[in-house]
Amino acid sequence: MKLTGAQLITQLLERQGITVVAGIPGGANLPLYDALRDSDIRHVLARHEQGAGFIAQGMARVTGRPAVCLGTSGPGATNLLTAIADAKLDSVPLVAITGQVPRAMIGTDAFQEIDTYGLTLPITKHNYLVRSAAELLEVIPEAFRIAASGRPGPVVIDVPKDVQNEFVTFERWPEPGRAEPQRQPADEDIARVAALLGEARRPLCLIGGGVIAAGAATQVELLAQKTSLPVASTLLGLGAMPHDHPLFLGMIGMHAARATNLPLEECDLLLALGVRFDDRATGKVAQFCPQARIVHIDVDASELGKIKQPMLGIEADVAAALAALLPQLRPRPRREWIAEVAALRAAYPLAMPGSECPCEPYGAIRQSAACLGNDVVVASDVGQHQMWAAQAFPFSWPRQWLTSGGLGTMGFGLPAAIGAALAMPERTVVCFSGDGSLLMNIQELATAAEEGVNVKVVLLNNAHLGLVRQQQQLFYGGRYHASRFHAEPDFAAIARGFGVSACDLGAVAEPLAVLHRALQEPGPGLVNVPIAHDANVYPMVPPGAANREMIEGASHASAA
Amino acid sequence: MQAQLERGVQGNPGASGRRQVAVPAGVVLRLLVRNHPGVMSHICGLFARRAFNVEGIVCLPADDVAGGARSVVLLLVNKDQRLEQLVRQLAKLEDVLEIGHDAGGNAAFTAVAGCL
Ligand SMILES: Cc1ncc(C[n+]2csc(CCOP(=O)(O)OP(=O)(O)O)c2C)c(N)n1
Repeated sequence: MKLTGAQLITQLLERQGITVVAGIPGGANLPLYDALRDSDIRHVLARHEQGAGFIAQGMARVTGRPAVCLGTSGPGATNLLTAIADAKLDSVPLVAITGQVPRAMIGTDAFQEIDTYGLTLPITKHNYLVRSAAELLEVIPEAFRIAASGRPGPVVIDVPKDVQNEFVTFERWPEPGRAEPQRQPADEDIARVAALLGEARRPLCLIGGGVIAAGAATQVELLAQKTSLPVASTLLGLGAMPHDHPLFLGMIGMHAARATNLPLEECDLLLALGVRFDDRATGKVAQFCPQARIVHIDVDASELGKIKQPMLGIEADVAAALAALLPQLRPRPRREWIAEVAALRAAYPLAMPGSECPCEPYGAIRQSAACLGNDVVVASDVGQHQMWAAQAFPFSWPRQWLTSGGLGTMGFGLPAAIGAALAMPERTVVCFSGDGSLLMNIQELATAAEEGVNVKVVLLNNAHLGLVRQQQQLFYGGRYHASRFHAEPDFAAIARGFGVSACDLGAVAEPLAVLHRALQEPGPGLVNVPIAHDANVYPMVPPGAANREMIEGASHASAA
Repeated sequence: MQAQLERGVQGNPGASGRRQVAVPAGVVLRLLVRNHPGVMSHICGLFARRAFNVEGIVCLPADDVAGGARSVVLLLVNKDQRLEQLVRQLAKLEDVLEIGHDAGGNAAFTAVAGCL
């Protein structure tokens, strides 16, 4: 066979099972775009490369399979960086293919030349600067293997323009790159976990994104059931346990309910599955789970002992570990501990004032959830609205919740929602956003309109960078600065301008009915929800404090 | 800069007439890596962003494979509690094929020190 590098890329992508890619063309990747024209792969034209990166992330997060984004050299590549870094921190399998100036011009400060390899080195699992078309035969499958194996993550492939045009003759197609078999736990380690769980009087399980990545959600539920093990989740673990499971405690950390953070103070064994002890989750690390022995299971060995020294650290796929562990456990009722946890939950439930009213933060989320039902995919941006959604949305299945946890990237929500909708056209995707975050990638409304995706943006509009305003109120003596938007755009009008249907709950007599109608209409839509400018997310653990030090708002005082 | 250079030149000429460089006691890690232009940036970048220090680096083509497809990198690092984390992070690099402690101890670095 004789193909150009560009044809090779598209055909290798097809062989990987890629059907949709998102990107923006430019001088240095035009040969690739020329080849894409002849391919069955559907190209989604984003309006900013960061949008393309997050569209690909949305596809990858909702399916668990690597997804692809494209950008040209120079600014195309630099615009992709945030989405790539975000994928690294949240372990999302992403393959970014960038154009580069021709080989002979590398190192000359040529037009749109940037050191993509150097720039992406610290934010990828691995990266390549491809030096010949023949190398692509190895590099593309390898990139997919790396992105999907072990702890997933992003891979960058930088391809000089002349490599895209270079002909290569070859005999056989390489095998598509697939995830390597997952790491199995050692028998004696599993036996020790079983023994530790047997001895523990007040054990607790903490699940993270690793549980979802491993596809271990069902096993976690079985584990909880069998040994009466209460389960708490990190932000990225939400969805792995159904929200209404009697043993599920909700999200831990900075904006957890008291009833979730307090049992962590009491537990004598913490079974940490696919978590990385992020500081937003643990609070002051030295005081996290002060009485507990820790068993930490993760595919990434470098996470064991990185932040918190476990008594037993096991490098293994969580699903493999639980498959080995479950048969070794004897049912345990643990009546006292379960009663203690239940008492805490009864005493300190999460207060969700305004849940009935669609123009209140919790209400907008709860009422949207009630209208959309269980099948909906939920994306969020970053800020107060993200935490309200994490606290209040009734998540019921793994991969239902797409949020930027590690990097905390404003602008993530809309393009990630578009990606999710492209990957799962049969589902509705709701994106809870803030007026600050939405403006960071609002141009993707054009992409949403063009693709006709079923994405509903529910915009909690407080005319502020709300989470910043909240921190200035609570920790900077109310000295507000640069957190108020004095120009308040008409988001419904803007959405309509992009060809997206829109409504404004502030301007209608029956907001609940209007919300329902908007969410049920097919195609992209935006609902502007004006909310109080000074609404805060509570409880809140001050940054750097221990998780037991939760600040409550006035509306929570009655509950506490 | 000039003063530093002079001090360097004056400091401690050994028997060979060259300056004797004290090789710090530490641990020598031996990496087998894929040899390509970016591999050292991967390794050094990891050290920089995780705030580990490297006291010494020796890198040469591995002699066991024809064509120079692989290199051996010896890294002299301080022996502290973060060593294990460092080794685990290094092991995650795709270009690092093998990682172990070097049996030769400091010998390579002592030899290099004689040439500095
Ligand atoms: C790209 C980026 N820049 C800055 C921040 C810091 N930051 C975190 S939350 C926040 C405010 C978000 O405002 P908005 O999207 O309106 O949401 P709200 O908190 O009001 O719900 C800011 C500026 C960030 N997370 N991401």
